[in-house]
Amino acid sequence: MSKKIDINSIPKSELVLVGNDGRMSDKKFQDKPIGYFHDAWRRFCKNRASVAAACIIIIIVLFAFIAPLVNTRYDASFIDTYYKKKAPWSQALSNIGIADGGASRDFSEAGLIKTVAIGIAAADKDGTGKITLADGLANEFQPMIKIGDPVIYLDPAKNEMRNFRSRVNVYLEVGFVYKDVEQAEYAKILAWQEETGIQVLYPLVSDYNDTQNTPDANVWYKADSRGAAVDESGRIISYSDNMALVDNYLRDEDGNARYWAYTGGGNAETAQYKVRVLYYNYYRYVNGFEPDYLFGTDSAGYDLCLRLAGGIKLSLLVAVCVSLINFVIGAIYGAIEGYYGGACDMVLERVSDILSGVPFIVVATLFQIHLAAKVGAVPSLLFAFVATGWIGTAARVRTQFYRFKNQEYVMAARTLGASDSRIIWKHIFPNSLGTIITSCALVIPGVIGSESMLSYLGIVKLGSAEVTSLGTLLSDANGIWTNYPHLMFFPALVLSLLMICFNLFGNGLRDAFNPSLRGVED
Amino acid sequence: MGKYVLKRVLLMLFTLFVIMTICFMLIRMLPREMPTDKNQAAIIEARWEALGYNKPLIVQYGIYLKNIVTAWDFGTSWNISFSTPAWDLLTSKLPATVLVNLYSLLVSIPLGIALGVFAAIKKNKWQDSVISTLVMLFVSVPSYVYAFIVQYLFYFKLGWFPPVIKSLADAGGSWFSWTMFVSMILPIMSLSFGEIAGLCRFTRAELTETLTSDYMLLARTKGLTRAQATTRHALKNAMVPILPMIISSFIGILGGSMIIEQIFSIPGVGQLYVQSIQQLDYDVFMMDSVFYTFVSLLAGIVVDISYGFIDPRIRMGER
Repeated sequence: MSKKIDINSIPKSELVLVGNDGRMSDKKFQDKPIGYFHDAWRRFCKNRASVAAACIIIIIVLFAFIAPLVNTRYDASFIDTYYKKKAPWSQALSNIGIADGGASRDFSEAGLIKTVAIGIAAADKDGTGKITLADGLANEFQPMIKIGDPVIYLDPAKNEMRNFRSRVNVYLEVGFVYKDVEQAEYAKILAWQEETGIQVLYPLVSDYNDTQNTPDANVWYKADSRGAAVDESGRIISYSDNMALVDNYLRDEDGNARYWAYTGGGNAETAQYKVRVLYYNYYRYVNGFEPDYLFGTDSAGYDLCLRLAGGIKLSLLVAVCVSLINFVIGAIYGAIEGYYGGACDMVLERVSDILSGVPFIVVATLFQIHLAAKVGAVPSLLFAFVATGWIGTAARVRTQFYRFKNQEYVMAARTLGASDSRIIWKHIFPNSLGTIITSCALVIPGVIGSESMLSYLGIVKLGSAEVTSLGTLLSDANGIWTNYPHLMFFPALVLSLLMICFNLFGNGLRDAFNPSLRGVED
Repeated sequence: MGKYVLKRVLLMLFTLFVIMTICFMLIRMLPREMPTDKNQAAIIEARWEALGYNKPLIVQYGIYLKNIVTAWDFGTSWNISFSTPAWDLLTSKLPATVLVNLYSLLVSIPLGIALGVFAAIKKNKWQDSVISTLVMLFVSVPSYVYAFIVQYLFYFKLGWFPPVIKSLADAGGSWFSWTMFVSMILPIMSLSFGEIAGLCRFTRAELTETLTSDYMLLARTKGLTRAQATTRHALKNAMVPILPMIISSFIGILGGSMIIEQIFSIPGVGQLYVQSIQQLDYDVFMMDSVFYTFVSLLAGIVVDISYGFIDPRIRMGER
């Protein structure tokens, strides 16, 4: 108050009678009342870590559901047997240097020449054999991204060998393959080539029909018996800037390269041709799009992104189902135990004691062996989780019921003649709901972890064309992941994120529902 | 006290018996296959005949129990190791499991408790929030993810340690040789991360609670320094729930971790379990299941009893 007022001499005009217009009564609260759940929600929102965890969970779930919708090129059963275990390659992202489909590897001299030669041959549509190394390196189908400086070492026979630590595009590295096509198909490919200007068919190599050794369609140059490139006089060519490979194309009498060879079959439609195709362009011809695998491909040739989405869906589905079923069974069992007490409680406690003594892994294995063939792997896994999983929830519900059942409001309800089931479900249960929901949320990471462990160990077999789980993806990567890190990295990352976030989320819920923490932070 | 222990042990044996019965019935009901080798098949046939495989399940179970009590015979392994008693197979796998887990516990218990104590003393300072955040991460991430990470870093990138543990023959025929120990470091590491984090979190929670209790105020009022009060009063009381947890993990080392044993090909109990399922060696499977059940029951009962010994204020079995 800045202005001082003399209380004893306030002029009458300043005074106004309050409440002159009718009765005075208590006003209705303008604020909304804050209930238990509303309060819990408010406190949950204050816990930043939990909110962030919840957001990440939502993002992962959205990914699992949206990825198949966005990725219209592939469906979950799209499989390409040449592009197996390939590193992530996204046409859009490769421009900024990530997901370029590259892998760094040590190349021997022969290996390096063979890989570089793919680019040279790809530039050589007409089979002239006159393409220089520089043109080959500049070709868009050149697999080598970066050729490292040679490292010289001695092999066991004391010969000087050169080793090139280089980065290669693993998709283009597939290079050329032989395909058997019918004549009609051959004509279609020719027409498609004409229309799009993309070269699919390349000249056959003269050893295309070698029955002793399966010929490698990428070795189109003259090579010795161990696959090292040689020049006209049979000396081994070493890699250098002016290296010139000698072609070994199949030619007709006029010296023109041949693109097909007749291998058998009847009429003009069904005659079988052997052709040599650049697989990258053949893929475009067959599918109508370029390979674009954001997370790479798995060891069978599925798109890892879609496999991952499927795995997340299955793992979460199992976890949420288990948590819900546990919730229902545990609530009923615990309510009966806690409410009635006495002999009933004794007997039921012994039963759950015995059940909880069985190690989960034994239960899961037995269920898997006995039931998997009859009802399928996923339902029997569900049964196994539920068989002993509800005990924890039941114990929690029981404790809550012991806490609440002798409180005044329950006695009042009983005095008014409420039936047992009404007291249980209408009066006691809602009070213990917070704790129970928390325990349900904390069941989810446990289930995801156990499920992935079981499928990693191969006790549960969930892998198939349509269904997969995070653990199956991990076990798929087992043993080969040091060479193909993306196979392990993405599933392990998602799994770890899910576990961390669900734990954080559950802890946040627990703190939010804990009445003893109410108002502590304010 | 003695009465309570006796009661708990009897109850445990009863539980074990019930679980064993269920497992036995479920496993014996599974279809069996004979090996194609005629000699082997004849041996198995004779042994099965003696064990009463053609009689009703109840009789089979009677014979099984009788064999255990009289001859400590838990059945025979046919597929993993032909005609070896299941018990012998199990005991031959125990050293590896126990050793790896023991080493990991010896590393993680001091570290875990020390970090927990540190975090509790520095409560709500930046050290505490760093430790708590890391603990949250390390507790949640499953142990096999660590296994991949350490394998990638220390074998694939740096080449310091072998990716899997050496076989007994390579390591000089002893579980305690230096080569063996070095090859065990990676599994020990991957087991320890989670263990350390769990212990740290538990210690921190218990210690922060005791640090704020009234007797600590009294101790400080009496003139004890903070360090004295913490070590003599708070830590001692915080240990009451921590020690049983440690004791139970010492029993838990018998069981080991299946997935770590699989990744690092440790010839241990967990690997035996997985093998017995894959190769359908039912007697070994049964033996291993009973063993796991026994270990988990034992851990539970020892924890409950140890409370009474550690803290004289807790009177067991009284109402």
